[in-house]
Amino acid sequence: MKQPRRNAELGLIILAVLLTGALYALVSLGRSASLPANIVPFLGVILALFGGAHIAIRFLAPDADGMLLPLAAVLNGIGYVFIARLDPDLAGLQAVWTGLGIGAFVGTLALLRRARDLERYRYTFAVLGVVLLLMPLLPVIGRNINGARLWVRVGTINFQPAELAKIALAVFFAAYLVEKRELLSEFRITQGRLPDLRIVGPLLLAWGASLVVMTAQRDLGSSLLFFAFFILMVWMATARGAYLSIGLGLFAMGAFFAYSTFEHVQSRIGVWVDPWSKASGQGFQVVQAAYAFGSGGFAGTGPGLGSPGSIPAAATDFIFAAVGEELGLLGTTAVVVAFVLMVGSGLRIALRADQPFEQLLAAGLTVIIGLQAFIIIGGVTRLVPLTGLTLPFMSYGGSSLLANYVLLAMLIRVSDDTARRARRQVG
Amino acid sequence: MDRQIRRVGVALLVLICLLFLQLNYLQVVRADKLANDPGNARKATRDFNRDRGVIQTADGVVVAESVPTPDGKFKRLRRYPEPTLFAHVSGYFSFTFGTDGVENTYNDDLAGRSTAVKDVRDVLSDRVQTGNVTLTLTKGLQQVARDALGDRRGSVVALDPRNGAVLALWSFPSFDPNPLSAHDQRAVQASWKGLQADGSKPLLARSYRERYAPGSTFKVVTAAAALERAPELVGKAYPRLRELDLPRTDANLPNFGGSSCGGTLPDLLKVSCNTGFAQMGLDLGADRLAAEARDFGFAARPPIDLNAPAASQFPEASSFRRDEPGLAKSAIGQQDVAATPMEMALIAAGVANGGVIMKPHVMGEVRDSEGRVVRSGPSEPWQRAMSPANAASLRDMMVGVVNGGTATRAAVPGSQVAAKTGTAQTVGDNSHAWIVAFAPAEAPRVAVAVIVESQPGLGDTVTGGRVAAPIAQAVLAAALRSR
Repeated sequence: MKQPRRNAELGLIILAVLLTGALYALVSLGRSASLPANIVPFLGVILALFGGAHIAIRFLAPDADGMLLPLAAVLNGIGYVFIARLDPDLAGLQAVWTGLGIGAFVGTLALLRRARDLERYRYTFAVLGVVLLLMPLLPVIGRNINGARLWVRVGTINFQPAELAKIALAVFFAAYLVEKRELLSEFRITQGRLPDLRIVGPLLLAWGASLVVMTAQRDLGSSLLFFAFFILMVWMATARGAYLSIGLGLFAMGAFFAYSTFEHVQSRIGVWVDPWSKASGQGFQVVQAAYAFGSGGFAGTGPGLGSPGSIPAAATDFIFAAVGEELGLLGTTAVVVAFVLMVGSGLRIALRADQPFEQLLAAGLTVIIGLQAFIIIGGVTRLVPLTGLTLPFMSYGGSSLLANYVLLAMLIRVSDDTARRARRQVG
Repeated sequence: MDRQIRRVGVALLVLICLLFLQLNYLQVVRADKLANDPGNARKATRDFNRDRGVIQTADGVVVAESVPTPDGKFKRLRRYPEPTLFAHVSGYFSFTFGTDGVENTYNDDLAGRSTAVKDVRDVLSDRVQTGNVTLTLTKGLQQVARDALGDRRGSVVALDPRNGAVLALWSFPSFDPNPLSAHDQRAVQASWKGLQADGSKPLLARSYRERYAPGSTFKVVTAAAALERAPELVGKAYPRLRELDLPRTDANLPNFGGSSCGGTLPDLLKVSCNTGFAQMGLDLGADRLAAEARDFGFAARPPIDLNAPAASQFPEASSFRRDEPGLAKSAIGQQDVAATPMEMALIAAGVANGGVIMKPHVMGEVRDSEGRVVRSGPSEPWQRAMSPANAASLRDMMVGVVNGGTATRAAVPGSQVAAKTGTAQTVGDNSHAWIVAFAPAEAPRVAVAVIVESQPGLGDTVTGGRVAAPIAQAVLAAALRSR
């Protein structure tokens, strides 16, 4: 069983590398009608990076799912080509971050030999998550960028700790909810008996934390992601629909409170409802993205032949619009399908896992990827109000890449644990 | 927990289906609208960053060119070395306000979108094979027209009646397209606002986008209607009158200056006799006069290769059923008759060309970057207004107008000119001075129409003959000299 999975993985990685290389060459042909001078070293480097990750899996998690790494490779590759096409300076940094991300991926696999080891450190992760989340609010190292305070500056490196906080919190919630789920399920609203405050306390704390993120850091995207993730985790652990209702109620309250209190929330909603009347002001970014999607049409302008540079933040939050312009509906559909497959693989890992903690952890991590992709793609396409988030594996951003590779390694670890136990039982 | 995880999976799938629907909406359903939205600068950005073909006159003077700007906001800047002289022909090439004139109608040629793809590298690259447009106009004649009109508001149009080529197309005031085509859009907006606020309307191409009452120059059409549709009226001697008693009204229609005139058609045309032509209009009837006006191109936009030309107007025949005085006034080019200077030049050209009006055009030829002719200006008939014989008769009458009538000042030494003056009363004692003319009468090579707006005084001799005729004379003489 182990060899075919790994061989399929290697084959898919080679495909992903070739696809990335072809796209890279097409961008260069599109822009200067010549092949890129560094195409051979380029192919070599990405093959070495993902091949290295693949070899690490062969040694460290030989029975793991074989879909996740190739999917990450193809998303990372397409993302990198677009960043290189939009901003060569960022591309150099993104290459370094990709290397570090794959390093973190291998490191996570090497250090974390069994997923359930994480369960013991739940409160450590809780503290870590909260500290990371609130770090940008600290006076000396916190940084305001584009009106949102979600950056930390250490030396010359800007870092977005919320990206890592989401993993720490996923570990904490998975362990905590698995432990407390019996208690959390034991209440009847009709009988007026609510669960103990000691049990519900952490939940309210999480709600409060997400409000703090939204109000103090003005990071609507992370706030929405945390809260939705958190409600789904509670619901998956307890199977109680009431938590969904309560969560929805709290969300409505929070949203109403935010809309009536904060100008930046009002302007986001205003732009969502009608960006065209504010096309040269607050709606500029969304309108430019719509132009990019429209100009791309079904088949796109072709790599390197569009002008996605006119969209602000095209290399980070709006990279999907750049893909939409140059690769068209075909390209955007391919990216969305890649995320569908990634979410599908993650949930399959969760379903196969036989330990509740591992199940909930894998499901939670997958929900993070899926929700984050939906929130930012939905925002860029104006399906939902725009809230800034990176598109996992594709957007430029060191913290985002690093965190997502760690997340991927944890999913792979859960998958390997399950498969290995199953093999032991059979054998 | 499995059930919950499955349901979360379904929920995420639903969300992703919504994304997919939204993507289809943006990239298929609304794609064209978004791609061509005026706010979408992609097309303009692309055009501003690459080479664009040259527009030049028939005598080789560059009217518009694309110059590289290494330090500019875009890679190229559109320059107009003859700022105001050809503004209403070349138009402008503005990032914010789009294109106008030749820049608009031949955009695909200039931008290189119309030339064929030659090899695979053309598909993959931004390199463009731009086309160059050579106009039918010459700088020489355009300058003569400009200098002759001077700083009076008005317009001069000169055509080659044989093929419809536009030889001069001048309106005063004009504007400078350079500031509108600049890189700094703040400055572009400011100059645009300035031009819009200017009461003299420099952006308006009066030559083909403004309509005026044609006054007595319209009598050419009334005369043509008689020749073509009511031969019995040609020989009819109209009584000498000071003023015509209009039917169904107390009002009378006087001759200018209270003079009295009458006689047959040639006599009436020579002195521009209002009473005679008004009565002739009544004799013809609305149907025949309206039909002849239509045959001369009224009610249709001339098929010129400049965007948004105005259509000249002659009222529907049915509108005169209860308004015979209106028909009488329309027969002398008053009331609701309105024509562009271009249309009046086309009328003169039609008479000159044996009754056939050729399609007017400013493009002589388009050549690709290797100098091969991609297309050339059409030499096609637009309207058949008269038979050659009737056109010849009318020409002879118009010769009489120059030789002993109201247009003596249009005479060119060594060449027989045919003409008709006009005066259209505007406000108070002011009137538009008109003339249409062509020469040489026996084998016409150039037809002109001139209007000078709002000149003091009334009467054909006073304004049309004194103000407009010398301008036509200068243009005709220059055009005849150059060939």
